[in-house]
Amino acid sequence: MDLSFVIAVEVLYAVASLVLISAGLAVVFGMMKVINLAHGEFMMLGGYTTITAVGLGVNVFIAMLVIAPLVVGLIGLIVERLVIRHLYGRLVDTMLATWGLSLVFIGLATMIFGNTTTGISTPIPGFAVGDYQISGYNFFIIVVAVVLVIAMLAVLRGTRAGLIARGTMQRADMAAALGYSPDRIYMATFFCGSALSGLAGAVLAPLVGLVPTSGGAYIAKAFITVIAGGPSLIAGLLSSATSFGVVNQVFTFAISPVIGEVALLVAAVILLRLMPQGITGRFFKGKL
Amino acid sequence: MERSLGKDITATLIVSALLIWLLPMMVATYTLTVLVIYGMLGLSLGLIWGFGGILCFGQAAFFGLGAYTYAIAAINFGESTVPMLLAVLVPLIFAAVLGALMFYGRLTDVYLGVITLVVTLILFKFVNSTAGPQYVIGNARLGGYNGIPGFQTLNVPGNPDAYIWGDPYFYFCAVTLVIVFLLVTWLLRSSFGRVAIGIRENETRMALMGYDVAARKTVLFAIGAAIAGLAGALFANWGEIVTPGLFSLGQSAEIIIWCIVGGLGTRLGPILGAAGLAYLKFMLGQQSLIDNTLITGLILVLFVLFLPKGLVPAVAAPWKASFGRARRRPHARQRRKARHG
Repeated sequence: MDLSFVIAVEVLYAVASLVLISAGLAVVFGMMKVINLAHGEFMMLGGYTTITAVGLGVNVFIAMLVIAPLVVGLIGLIVERLVIRHLYGRLVDTMLATWGLSLVFIGLATMIFGNTTTGISTPIPGFAVGDYQISGYNFFIIVVAVVLVIAMLAVLRGTRAGLIARGTMQRADMAAALGYSPDRIYMATFFCGSALSGLAGAVLAPLVGLVPTSGGAYIAKAFITVIAGGPSLIAGLLSSATSFGVVNQVFTFAISPVIGEVALLVAAVILLRLMPQGITGRFFKGKL
Repeated sequence: MERSLGKDITATLIVSALLIWLLPMMVATYTLTVLVIYGMLGLSLGLIWGFGGILCFGQAAFFGLGAYTYAIAAINFGESTVPMLLAVLVPLIFAAVLGALMFYGRLTDVYLGVITLVVTLILFKFVNSTAGPQYVIGNARLGGYNGIPGFQTLNVPGNPDAYIWGDPYFYFCAVTLVIVFLLVTWLLRSSFGRVAIGIRENETRMALMGYDVAARKTVLFAIGAAIAGLAGALFANWGEIVTPGLFSLGQSAEIIIWCIVGGLGTRLGPILGAAGLAYLKFMLGQQSLIDNTLITGLILVLFVLFLPKGLVPAVAAPWKASFGRARRRPHARQRRKARHG
């Protein structure tokens, strides 16, 4: 009983962290069709922002949930203005340019913070379930992921801004004809996407030792999740994060964490081979 | 494609002979050897990306696979001739299977990129985790993140005690590169190469003309992997150790950057890009003021923004316009399309 509860929490946590990792990319890639290979580095910067802010004496939750998204969002804004806006619609070029950006960020982080592991301790203590110890922070991550998905759904479906953003992504020319500036909307959407990446990086920072190259650990997972998800933003994110999270944890418990990671990647290859349009290209069509 | 094959071969041989003769006077052969190997690696991606339109994010996987195959086989056989052949064959077969999986599934651009990236990651993670003594192939321990040191390096075929190292090894690598370059030249001039370029330009049209697009892409992909595997084996001989870093995403990124900077759709561009950037990195490695990765990244961003065609086409176009004979230039739109596969 205790064991099954622990496993259930671990699976939920794996799914939640995949959702967190991929949310920013889902906005930037899923909506804007910008392949942001610097996504992992945005998360890394979010982590460093949190650690720096905590070091300056800011409350850890404010640092994670407010400061990191804002700072990374601003960095994203600068990047969008300087580089990405020249490359909209050029898929491969965006991919290469953002790869270059990711290297630049790694280099900058190495110069500023040094090539050493830094970290902060988890702010929530663990507790015991029967014979097992569960990290309380895992629950925090699950809660953040759930709130995040609900918030994204609410903004995209319920607000005028979400409607305009979705409309612009579908037909930028029509949006322009109706008096909205696609340029501004793209900028704002990219800001939101980057802020989400920053949030994810900040929230996950206490769990990993942060090095300037930490981003690489996230980027592949984020990409696989978003691409396997397919065209629907949130339904795709949830369905692929769930399938991969479950596969990962099942193999982790059955064999070892490394095999769990490998199983996730193999599952992704098989899934993409069977459904090149992603999960929501076949199921849940037309959902958001 | 303008000059005749004979002229092309003669020019290649003369220029490369001159370079092989002159370059060791300026740069140490130890450094030159690795530049030549990187050149070959660049050429392998330049072939499948620049001429086949297949953007592979995992060229490093084949490079690493070649290196590991060589190291493992060399330990088991105690000589280097069979391992060299295996180091070409294993990536070839691996890429043929992977390519068939992807191309017969009609996966294109982004999905192709992600799958090759993921396969590289799988190999990296797997090899990284093989530190334990239970991971043994024959007599060779895989060694995890420590890599495999101390294998038999290149020797004269049939005589395992006559090692080829130092200056002769540089000449060996350089001549191998020239041979590979000539083979690629020949391949691109053959009907197979022309069809491959046709597929890059317009896949649907080639399929409607009756060519088996998936089979041809698979073969081209496998050839590129074989060249990368050969480069990997040469690298293993040069470094005398193989580590999981060969499979890393950073390595894959570098190969792509070489191709972009050198110029896609040229044979020379990726080689020059690889050798040039690797040398730049080597020079930058001797200073500690600015981080190396930062500069690599900046170069990539600037090239994508301002010189997306790469150095060789950018230099060659004005040269041809002012000195070459007047001939019809390919339409600008087609050339741009070529880059986006």
